[in-house]
Amino acid sequence: MAHKLAAPLQAISAPTLSLCAFDSAFDVLSQAQVVPEAANCVQCGMCSYNCPMGIDVRAHAWRGKAIRDSHCLTCSECVNRCPRGVLRFERIPLFVMK
Amino acid sequence: MSNHYVIIGSGIAGLVAAETLRKEEPKADISIVSEEPHDFYSRPGLAYFLRGDFPEKQLYVRSPEDVRKLNARRIHAKVEQILCAEHELLLADGKKVRYDRLLLATGALSVPPSFPGCELAGVVTLDGLNDTRHIIEQARRSRPAVVIGGGITALELAEGFACRGMKVNYFLRGKLYWADVLDETESKIVMERLRHEGVTIHTETQIKQALGVNGKIASVETQAGAILPCELLAVAIGVRPRSELAQKAGLTMDKGVVVNEYLQTSESDIYAAGDVAEAFDPVTKRRLRDVLWPTAIDQGKIAGANMAGRKLAYVKGIPFNVTMLTGLKVTIIGAIGGGKKNDDLITISRGESEAWRIAPNTSGTVSGQDDVNRVRMVIGERAIVGALVMGNQSWSRPLQRLIVAQSDITPIREALLGGGAESMAQLAHFYRDWEEKKAARITGT
Repeated sequence: MAHKLAAPLQAISAPTLSLCAFDSAFDVLSQAQVVPEAANCVQCGMCSYNCPMGIDVRAHAWRGKAIRDSHCLTCSECVNRCPRGVLRFERIPLFVMK
Repeated sequence: MSNHYVIIGSGIAGLVAAETLRKEEPKADISIVSEEPHDFYSRPGLAYFLRGDFPEKQLYVRSPEDVRKLNARRIHAKVEQILCAEHELLLADGKKVRYDRLLLATGALSVPPSFPGCELAGVVTLDGLNDTRHIIEQARRSRPAVVIGGGITALELAEGFACRGMKVNYFLRGKLYWADVLDETESKIVMERLRHEGVTIHTETQIKQALGVNGKIASVETQAGAILPCELLAVAIGVRPRSELAQKAGLTMDKGVVVNEYLQTSESDIYAAGDVAEAFDPVTKRRLRDVLWPTAIDQGKIAGANMAGRKLAYVKGIPFNVTMLTGLKVTIIGAIGGGKKNDDLITISRGESEAWRIAPNTSGTVSGQDDVNRVRMVIGERAIVGALVMGNQSWSRPLQRLIVAQSDITPIREALLGGGAESMAQLAHFYRDWEEKKAARITGT
């Protein structure tokens, strides 16, 4: 039966932010960072190729590290272009040291 | 004197094993023997290179600095034979390479076509970077091409050719694309989008022969007698483990090289990892093949550590993959098959697991659809055993986490089987509580 899909993460207060939820959730620039799901990454390099700031997002994804590079604009190019949905925005935890 | 570790194969399993060995034994002597002369590259990335999404240099997964730190000797050669008793490799040029412990990470190769005319120039398969370079050279705008086969690779080829402006005909033996993994709706969504990309799909169509002029393919004839012009014919009918060396060495074989839980073959100093290895799955009690990137990484890590003297058991996880089908992200987790046949593939294709095709004994299937966005779950007795998320990937991570943890969904099972929007809302609440409880256990609150 066809029906609208409930969004799991609206109900979950959630760590994940999809761009369509941009306005309603939080201000990406000031509060979010790009976080990879390392296990899903096939290291194709699409993210690094499309980063306007030249950040090696792929290397971060391999290590499972959030992009904490101060040059990151959170422009969402890497998040949108990743063919495997590896990257997502996540709220920056308060009081976490780099 | 430090051990000499030798790895045959420079794919991701071989690379990860070498990196693990280097970590375990900083001074070890590590050699990687490979027929491919290239630096380490992303095999799944070839599809995007073929489409023209990025240049070739983007495929290389390690920086020169990383390669320098790895400090492994690269030997560009074909291995002729493994001499187990002597602990040596015999190379095609007659040289020998001694090993203390050896890893077979030779991967898998496309099943070669066998129809008349398959030897003509312009009949191609897609396995590595050399193949991709060759295909790109041949894929000229407005020229006619044919793709035959099923699974992810056939679609990547059809889309790659279309992106390069070729006139693409895609032959399917049945009525549906990838019928043993996708359900009818999902398959039709992909086929419709493929048509929009300019690919002409010929269902219930089989090739009879390729016809050539001066040794080069010029057309194909179908079993029904139709002749289509064709200057590039791509065949993707599945992959087989590259296991000839293991066979010649007398190692225990099944479909691939049989390994124990420590990824050792029947020769205790020879290990196998990645597409060539056939590991036992304690859950299904079967040896199921995966041709998956995450599996190759996991096995490369375990094999590397065990070669260095550890005793880590490889436990096969729930197979998953995320792939792009006609611009739609599709996540496949666990058992989602319905036991249907797929005549387009002789074996499994790259990016697949045999485990996906298994239909659990007791299950119900729940699906929800919103245009092209779709979630399908297979519900077992106590847990969700498989899922497919197409399009919007919001549900991908939650379902992956619930399925891998085999989370007990008894409280919402009936609601889930009831289907509809309400079932997804219930699942969203269940997932939120599950994550909160998990977080509370970790922090001890």
